[in-house]
Amino acid sequence: MQRELKQTATIPFWRDERVLKILGQIIFALLVLFVGALIYQNMRTGLAKQGISLSYSFLGNISGFDLAETSIPYDRNSAYWQAFLAGLLNTLKVGVVGIIFATILGAILGIARLSTNFIINRLATFYLELFRNLSLLVFLIFWYLGVFLKLPRVKDAILWPGDIILTNRGVGIPWGIPTASFPTFRLILLLGLILAVIVFLAFRAYSQRTGRAPLTLLWSFLAFVLVALVGWFILPVKPLTLDLAFVKGLNLAGGKILTPEFMALTSGLVLYTAAFIGEVVRAGIQSVSKGQVEASRALGLNGFQTLRLIVFPQALRVIIPPLTSQYLNLVKNSSLAIAVGYPDVFYVSNTIQNQTGRAVEMISLVMLTYLLISLLTSVLMNWYNQRIKLVER
Amino acid sequence: MRKMFSAVAILVMASLALAACGTAVPAPSVDTVTVKETVVVEVTSSAPVVVAPTGYGVTLKTVMERGNLVCGVNSQVPGFGYVGADGSFAGIDVDYCRALAAAIFGDATKVEFRPVTAAERFTALQSGEIDILSRNTTWSLVRDTELGGNFVHTTFYDGQGMMVPKDSGIKTLQDLAGGTICVQTGTTTELNLADVMASLGVAYTPAVFEDADSTFAAYSEGRCDAVTTDKSGLVSRRSVLTDPSAHEILDVTMSKEPLGPMVRHGDDQWFDIAQWTVFTMFSGEEFGITSANVDDIRANATAPEVRRMLGVEGDLGLKLGLTNDWAYNIIKLVGNYEEIYNRNLGPDTPTYIPRGYNSLYTDGGLLYSPPFR
Repeated sequence: MQRELKQTATIPFWRDERVLKILGQIIFALLVLFVGALIYQNMRTGLAKQGISLSYSFLGNISGFDLAETSIPYDRNSAYWQAFLAGLLNTLKVGVVGIIFATILGAILGIARLSTNFIINRLATFYLELFRNLSLLVFLIFWYLGVFLKLPRVKDAILWPGDIILTNRGVGIPWGIPTASFPTFRLILLLGLILAVIVFLAFRAYSQRTGRAPLTLLWSFLAFVLVALVGWFILPVKPLTLDLAFVKGLNLAGGKILTPEFMALTSGLVLYTAAFIGEVVRAGIQSVSKGQVEASRALGLNGFQTLRLIVFPQALRVIIPPLTSQYLNLVKNSSLAIAVGYPDVFYVSNTIQNQTGRAVEMISLVMLTYLLISLLTSVLMNWYNQRIKLVER
Repeated sequence: MRKMFSAVAILVMASLALAACGTAVPAPSVDTVTVKETVVVEVTSSAPVVVAPTGYGVTLKTVMERGNLVCGVNSQVPGFGYVGADGSFAGIDVDYCRALAAAIFGDATKVEFRPVTAAERFTALQSGEIDILSRNTTWSLVRDTELGGNFVHTTFYDGQGMMVPKDSGIKTLQDLAGGTICVQTGTTTELNLADVMASLGVAYTPAVFEDADSTFAAYSEGRCDAVTTDKSGLVSRRSVLTDPSAHEILDVTMSKEPLGPMVRHGDDQWFDIAQWTVFTMFSGEEFGITSANVDDIRANATAPEVRRMLGVEGDLGLKLGLTNDWAYNIIKLVGNYEEIYNRNLGPDTPTYIPRGYNSLYTDGGLLYSPPFR
C-alpha cells in the first residue's frame, strides 16, 4: 500500500504537506521580520524628523551627578556607563539579599500554614492573605515613609542589643574589617570547603552502598564550620575585627550602614514575595499524596525522616517552577525602587535619560538588562529543576 | 482542515501587514510644506507609534483643529504650577499657558493642563503628547540642542538655593560636610549640586527622589540635613511644610536658573507665537496696560506701538498666524506680567518672592521686550 503511494507520489508542491509546513514557517518568520523592520523604521523616521539620532556613544561622557549608594567607586566625574553599572549592582544586591530572605521566610510561612497548631496556622494564613492582596507600591511607600523615615533622628538614635543603631538616616550594624591575617584565613576557609566536599562525597558513597540515609549536608556543613573555627582560634591575629557603627556629626559612621531606601525596598520585597513563596511551598507539600506518607510510616520511618526523605524531594519538584517565577518577580519588582529613592538600575537610567535626552537608548538598555537578569535566573533554576525532577523511564 | 486554517491565518496576517504598510509608509517621505496636511492626519489617525507633528505651522494647525492647547505643567510647586484645593491649576507657568490659549483662541480656558514630572517632561514634549512645556524648566545648552527643544524666553530668573531646618545650626554649604542632601532627579539642580560640592571639596551623600512631593516629604521626615532646588521652589514648597517658620533658606546662590517655557524643534511659527506671548506680558507691564484698563486703552491710545500691539493699527497678529486682537486677549483675559506675578508670587500670597531680577529693565530687572513693530 505504502509502496504504491510512493510510486505515484507526484503530488504538486503546493499540496505537499511537508513543503507547505516549511513554507508556512518561512512566510511567518518573514512576516515577523517585516513587521519588526516596519516598527523600527517608523521609530527611526520619527526620531529623524525631530533631528534626534540613535547612538550609544554618550555612555562614555561624564555623568555629572552623584549617586546615594554604590558598590563601586563612583563620583560626578565618572562616566554614564559607570553610573549604569553602579545601578545594576544595586539591583543585584537587592535581588540576591531579597531572594535569600524571601525564600527562608516563605518556607517558614508555607510550613506554618500547614501546622496543626491553631494559632500558628491562623497567623500564617492571616499574613499570607494580607500581603498577597496588598499593592506592592503602596506597601513600599508605607514601609519607607511610615516606618523607616519615622525612626528617630541621628541624635536620638535607638540602640538595639547587638550594637544595632536605628535612625532615619539608616540602620547601622556591626561589620567585620579584614586584618593582616585575613588572606591566610581565606585559605583555611578554602581548605574547609574542600573537606566539606570530601565529607559529602564519602557520605553519599556510604549511603549508596548501604541504603542508609545519613544527614549528608549537615555533616559536610559541620566539617566546614569546624575547620573555620579551628582556623579562627589558631591564627595569632584574628582575621576580622569587629567594627561598630556609631553616630558621627550629621550621620552614621563605621560598621555597615544600611540606608532607609535599601531597607525599605528589600524588606518590602521580602515580606511581599515571601507571602507568595509561602503559598507555593504549601501547595508543593500538599501535592505529595497522603499514600506516600502512610507508606513511609508503614516502612518504619519517623516523622522527620518522612519529611526529609519522602515529602520534600517530591514537593520540591512541584515547588521549583513557580518558585522561579517568584524570584523573577522579585527582581523585576525591584524597579519600584524609584518610588523610595533607591538608586537601582531603572532609577539611574531614568536619571541618565533625563540628563541626556536619550530615551530610546536608555529604555532599550534597561529592557535588555532586565531580560538578561531574568533569563540568567531562569537558566539557573531550570538547571536545578532538571536535576531534581522525577527521572522517567 | 488544520492546514486550511493556517493558510487562512497567514493570508489574514499578510493582508493586515500590507494594510499597516499602506498607512505607515507614506509618512516618512515628507519634507515639503505642500503635503504636510495629509501627514498630520496620518499621524493622528494611526496610533501605534506617536510621532510629534513637526514642521512650520503644523503645531498651530493641530492645536486649532483640536480646539484646545495641551500644556505640560508642574502640579506640585505652589506659585508656579499647582493643583489647588478645588482641583484647578494655578501658578505663573499655568497662567502663561492660559495667555497662550487666549492668544490663539481668544479664550483663556481652552487649555488642557497635563501634569508631567521633571523626568518625563522632555519625552512628553518630543513625542507630541504636549504642545508646549511650561514647567519651571531651566534653560541650558543640552536641553536646547540634544533634547530636541527650543527655549522660548525666560519668564522667571532664578538661582539654586539650599534650605535647612533652623535648629540645625547650618549656615553655609561647608557646614553640610558629611551630611545628606535631598534633591530631585533629572534636574539641573542635581547636576549643580554635584558641581558645587565637588568644587568646594565638601563630601556629602545625595538622597535623590522622583518628584518634588517625595523629595520634600523625605526632607520633612528628617531623611536629609538639607534640601536643594531653585530658590523659588524652596520658597513655594516651604509654604506647604508643616511649620514653614522652622526652615530657613541659606544665603547662597549655587547657580543661574533661567526658567521658561519650551517648544519642540522644527516649528518656527509656534516658537514665535510662544515667544511673543511672553513679550506681550512684559510689554503690557511696561506700557501700564492691565486687564482692567485694556479696553479703555485700546479705544483711546495714541502711542503707535501700543496701537500696533493691541491690533488697532497694522496686522501684527496676522503675521503670527493669529487674529489681530491676540495681544489684547492675552492682557484682557490673563493680564500683564505684573498681574500674573502678583497673583501667584506677590506679597499677598503665601509664596511671596520679591521681584528681584524679575522686574522690568526700567526698574533694574532683566525683563525686556523687543519692540512691537
